Amino acid sequence: MSAQAVAAAPAESALSRIPLLGVAVFIVSESMFFLGVIFAFVQVRPADVSQMKAQLDLARTAVFSVCLFASSGTVALSHRGGGRHRGWLLLTWILGAVFLVGQGTEYARLLSSGFSPSSDVFGSAFFTLTGLHGLHVLVGLVAMGTLLVIATARPRGLSGVAWEAVTWYWHFVDAVWVVVFSVVYLWTALS
Amino acid sequence: MTAVAPPIARRTALFHAPDWLRTVDHKDIGVMYITMALVFLVIGGVEALVMRWQLALPEQHVVDPALYSQLFTMHGITMIFLMAIPILVGMANFIVPLQIGARDVAFPRLNALSFWLSLLGGLLLYFSFVAGGAPDAGWFAYVPLSDRAYSIGTGLDYYALGLAVNGAGTIVGALNLVVTIALMRAPGMSVSRIPLFTWMVLVTSALILLAYPALSADLVLLLVDRYMGAHFFTPQAGGDALIWQHLFWFFGHPEVYIVILPAFGMISEVIPVFSGKPIFGYRFVAASSVAIGFLSMGVWAHHMFAVGLGNEADDFFSAASMLIAIPTGVKIFNWIATMIGGRLRFTTSMLFAVGFLTVFVFGGLTGVTLATIPLDWMVTQSYYVVAHMHYVLFGGVVFGVFAGSYYWFPKITGRLLSERLGKWHFWLVYLGFNLTFLPQHLVGIEGMPRRVWTYPASMGWGPLNFASSIGAAILAVGVAVFAVNVLLSLRSGEIAGDDPWDAWTLEWATSSPPPPGNFVQTPVVTSRRPLWDRKHPDRPDPS
Repeated sequence: MSAQAVAAAPAESALSRIPLLGVAVFIVSESMFFLGVIFAFVQVRPADVSQMKAQLDLARTAVFSVCLFASSGTVALSHRGGGRHRGWLLLTWILGAVFLVGQGTEYARLLSSGFSPSSDVFGSAFFTLTGLHGLHVLVGLVAMGTLLVIATARPRGLSGVAWEAVTWYWHFVDAVWVVVFSVVYLWTALS
Repeated sequence: MTAVAPPIARRTALFHAPDWLRTVDHKDIGVMYITMALVFLVIGGVEALVMRWQLALPEQHVVDPALYSQLFTMHGITMIFLMAIPILVGMANFIVPLQIGARDVAFPRLNALSFWLSLLGGLLLYFSFVAGGAPDAGWFAYVPLSDRAYSIGTGLDYYALGLAVNGAGTIVGALNLVVTIALMRAPGMSVSRIPLFTWMVLVTSALILLAYPALSADLVLLLVDRYMGAHFFTPQAGGDALIWQHLFWFFGHPEVYIVILPAFGMISEVIPVFSGKPIFGYRFVAASSVAIGFLSMGVWAHHMFAVGLGNEADDFFSAASMLIAIPTGVKIFNWIATMIGGRLRFTTSMLFAVGFLTVFVFGGLTGVTLATIPLDWMVTQSYYVVAHMHYVLFGGVVFGVFAGSYYWFPKITGRLLSERLGKWHFWLVYLGFNLTFLPQHLVGIEGMPRRVWTYPASMGWGPLNFASSIGAAILAVGVAVFAVNVLLSLRSGEIAGDDPWDAWTLEWATSSPPPPGNFVQTPVVTSRRPLWDRKHPDRPDPS
């Protein structure tokens, strides 16, 4: 992307911020998307959640969530001092993948016990919200995987800000999970 | 124009069609957007004409009721998502980088992606006709009507998919414009020197980024409901049909400002240039746009007064809606004050700008009446709403776009549009537009509901509907004159030169059409009217 951004006009410092501002603006827009879905979740959430309380495994999900939260730290380490530490990025990728595996196995268990998007309105809201977040995690894994491949195969072809842009996105995916985990799991457990 | 300063762009050949499939140049993509919009303008216009034919006389059977429902749904979707947004994004794409002295947009490849997504969304929507029937639940597709239980065909699926894809393109386009305007301005172009069209595009893009995702979320919920048997919108299963309306209008009302603000921007360029005066109150025009942007995020439930949200909520949204009249009124006075004492040149562009003022003020005033809850309860879902909405959307957006088209066509193509045909275009459109939509206020107050396929003669709505249909025919002739004007002028219009209007913003500093890369040297900006400064180095603009 930044290859096209070499307009001579404004100061170089402004131009170097183009990709990061792009990601920031994208994150703002995506936040509005999640707000919309969370709004729907809150609107349809039944007053009596005792059934879901029995279904959802708070402790297990908390463990996988810690993996995801930890990956925010590792992705920051991968870029500390503006460097490109592939090991930390690989660890981030693994933590993200572990989270998705956790989500997948949880889905499998819930679906086999008859809890699905069509079983009741909580199921609709649960699978939609957590599923949309899971898709965002998947996109992050693809982005980090791409970064790793390029950083290994053609390190010179990697622009200076691409790495940072991916870390921003990954922090965002984490932050969304803080909210989703609270709204979906904690709120249910505390009810 | 005799430019005192040396030219900062080299000559290029006159307009040529872009390399459609591969181009990432902002000007090519702008032209592609505009072309897409004009094609859909014709399609949406034909849909409207068929509806007016059906309604011209009571108890006609030109089309059957099922097709009629598809027509009014597709007319609305087409005009908003496939005509208004693409034409505005297209003009912004072409003009904004030129106005700020940039070589291109921030992300040229993303720019191509956003165009192709927008077009793909449109094609998906229209594919529905051959896939078993177009969406037919109105452009806002309220649940439960649009849910699986009541819309068993695939029309609503194409609606959700098409709009989601189209919306993704629009979001990406807005992201691009925001970053471009924020970071790629020419040296010296501080925030208070950004041309007003670019200012309005910035506010519009911000609104797109905040509002469109709500629509995307809504469409995802609808698809999950329709395909996975979810229950978001089915109250009997614990869902809530109002979620759809809240999310839809959280997008849908800012959408009105998303499309009107760039038109405001065009008017803010056209009126000063053809009045021979700088805009009156530049800061107020810019700041009032930001105010409109903020307020527009907090008025969505005025579309829902009939839902029964309760007095407190209704009062809040009513008051907020009326507040918007203030920054909008500020702009109207700015434009009028700009004209007062100016040397007015009534080119076609200026005629449309002045025509815009008259019809848009009228549409704005009926908007205030609709924000009055008791009155809204009386006329909601009637032709009064249809009339109001067309006064702001057609009278506002389309008049603005026509003003902008005559103004920028020479920059885009290198040739002027014919002023003689332009005068015909303006007067036919002005007459046809008012004849079409003025009677609809009256027939709405008399109680005619919108979206009815026909009506009995005994209601007495025949004469007003007949007048409206005659108006629609005149309007269509007016638009056809525009089409002829564009086609003839593309071939043999008068050569425009760099700066045919003696204007002041940077797009007129380069050649017409601009070369790849836009400027040979980076322009340096020292005031709000950089080209004025180049032409009059002895008395530069102090702003």
